[in-house]
Amino acid sequence: MTQSGYATERETTEGRVFTVTGGDWDTITGSIDPLSNEKIVVNMGPQHPSTHGVLRLVLELEGETVTEARCVIGYLHTGIEKNLEYRNWTQGTTFVTRADYLAPLFNEAGYVLGVEKLLGIEDQITERAKTIRVLFMELNRISSHLVWLATAGMEIGAISMMLYGFREREYILDIFEETTGLRMNHAYFRPGGVAQDIPDSAIKKIRDFLVYLPKKLKEYEDLLSGQIIWQQRTQGVAVLDVTGCLALGITGPVLRSAGLAWDMRKTMPYSGYEEYEFDVPTATTGDVWGRYQVRMAEMRESLKIVEQALDRLKPGPIFVADKKIAWPAQLAVGIDGLGNSLEHVAKIMGQSMESLIHHFKLVTEGFRVPPGQVYIGIEHPRGELGVHVVSDGGTHPYRVHMRDPSFVNLQAIPAMAEGALLADVIAGGASLDPVMGGCDR
Amino acid sequence: MSLESTGGVPVNAEPVGADIDAPAQTPASPQKGMFGVKGTGDVSGFGGLARRTPDVVGSPKPYGSYFDEVTDALEEAYPGFADAIEKVVVDRGELTLHIVPEKIAEVAQIMRDDESLRFELCSSVSGVDYLNSDARRLHVVYQLTSMTYRRRVRLEVAVPAGGSVPTVTSVYPTADWQEREAYDMFGVIFTGHPNLTRILMPDDWEGHPQLKDYPLGGVPVEYKGAEIPPPDQRRVYQ
Repeated sequence: MTQSGYATERETTEGRVFTVTGGDWDTITGSIDPLSNEKIVVNMGPQHPSTHGVLRLVLELEGETVTEARCVIGYLHTGIEKNLEYRNWTQGTTFVTRADYLAPLFNEAGYVLGVEKLLGIEDQITERAKTIRVLFMELNRISSHLVWLATAGMEIGAISMMLYGFREREYILDIFEETTGLRMNHAYFRPGGVAQDIPDSAIKKIRDFLVYLPKKLKEYEDLLSGQIIWQQRTQGVAVLDVTGCLALGITGPVLRSAGLAWDMRKTMPYSGYEEYEFDVPTATTGDVWGRYQVRMAEMRESLKIVEQALDRLKPGPIFVADKKIAWPAQLAVGIDGLGNSLEHVAKIMGQSMESLIHHFKLVTEGFRVPPGQVYIGIEHPRGELGVHVVSDGGTHPYRVHMRDPSFVNLQAIPAMAEGALLADVIAGGASLDPVMGGCDR
Repeated sequence: MSLESTGGVPVNAEPVGADIDAPAQTPASPQKGMFGVKGTGDVSGFGGLARRTPDVVGSPKPYGSYFDEVTDALEEAYPGFADAIEKVVVDRGELTLHIVPEKIAEVAQIMRDDESLRFELCSSVSGVDYLNSDARRLHVVYQLTSMTYRRRVRLEVAVPAGGSVPTVTSVYPTADWQEREAYDMFGVIFTGHPNLTRILMPDDWEGHPQLKDYPLGGVPVEYKGAEIPPPDQRRVYQ
């Protein structure tokens, strides 16, 4: 006989049956709300293929809905700003170029414009150097947007876009390699000009590229724009309006997709951008779809600028005439990369002791920059790249701070993700186009 | 650490060479700074170069460009102008307003909201360490942008080491991460900040790396149990 405290029993034709009721357990299970107890915390990243590098997202989920999202960054912090205080002004470009590795020439441009403003030599920068800078920045903008298209496509599920985007970017990297000796991390823009003149073979490649890319862009739009999955994953997803963008400091394609045509190449021109003919594409939707359309249109505008820059490219010096600043070497692309030309080495080693001393002093010690501080803002593929340069009058930068657009734009993740679905976090994050090298510096 | 083992390889065996003359056991060198360089931190070989400490002097009126309009508009809209503005500096075509640290949030509010100022965007917040040239060595620099008038202005506050500055996150939410970075790198305390924690360095990091008296690479490198001292404490060949 069982006791009534455990389970009641009764005899049936099939045998003895126990009815188990759990004492007061039903009062406990009844008080549990099945919905709010499905809350789980998911760590997405820092090693996750769809977070654009080492970004970690801590997501609190209720089912598939994100209730709270927080970004954790710093995994790629390499102390670029600290390191460059220990090298001379020219060497600074080799550090800043490594920050946002998808847009190295913009980092260099922001930095050298700052140094040139401190030196007060902005007016002495030659026309050819300025044109080459614009030309290369716009090619770099296209290559950066192509990587965005590639990775964003992959993250949303269009794997073939990944391969196409990187294939086209390689074309641009070949042009960069032909001129600077390196595919990435060029250190090509120097305070006072550019390191090396652009060879004719690279000009030919750029001309070919101007014919090649528009066809490909059309192909990608045919591939993506009409596709129902692409539309549903991007339209109305991760919306951020102009007010939200300004409060959070978001600039670049994300701000323009919300409808504000703020592009510093137009509003606060630098490097002679005011002389080029181009439009600032905008969208009004403020969603991932709008950002996609703005970036596609921007690549076409960049091609227009590249074409104009090629036409404006007239023979002439690529460095300031001031021998106290101009890099003494005549660089040449050798089989092992960029180095001094043989004629220059023969001259300083064989003929002119003064040239050797001058070369040695300028390369090891560097030039002095008058004390003061400047802030330069340029239109980076991801938004405003601000470079705050401080000099104490010495041969090294006293302080350089890079206001990287990836760093500031990532603050929008909670605003875009909270309340949305987990899958939209991926699409929204991708639409910001964060590059952790720039974000963490 | 004991090397006595109950068989097998001890888990935390000392690296080979640790008890002879390997870098790991070299006594710390009396020198400071990287590569044995003292003073300027100049690695060019020209160790005699002295760092100068230039004074920042205020500019006289009129400032030129749009700077007069900005300062006049701020003076009109902000009754505490005289108490809050330490000096106005115009240099290289840029306007810098040095602000009393306690007043920065108020000034930022007016800069954003006043009809004739309209600095809607806080482009950047960052720190600078003026060690030895300013008694209030830590400066926080705010770059404001007016999209309406296409203008820029820089606000600057100065506090002593470990000093505190009111946060501007209530005016410009974008300053959130940037203030955290300035705290992380310089140790400036932003009072009223919703979540003032380290952002780029690990949470348990000691010290603030961008300070001028923080050595470059000043931490030992740990790899598989062996510890390599920081560059300034390694063996020096001289």
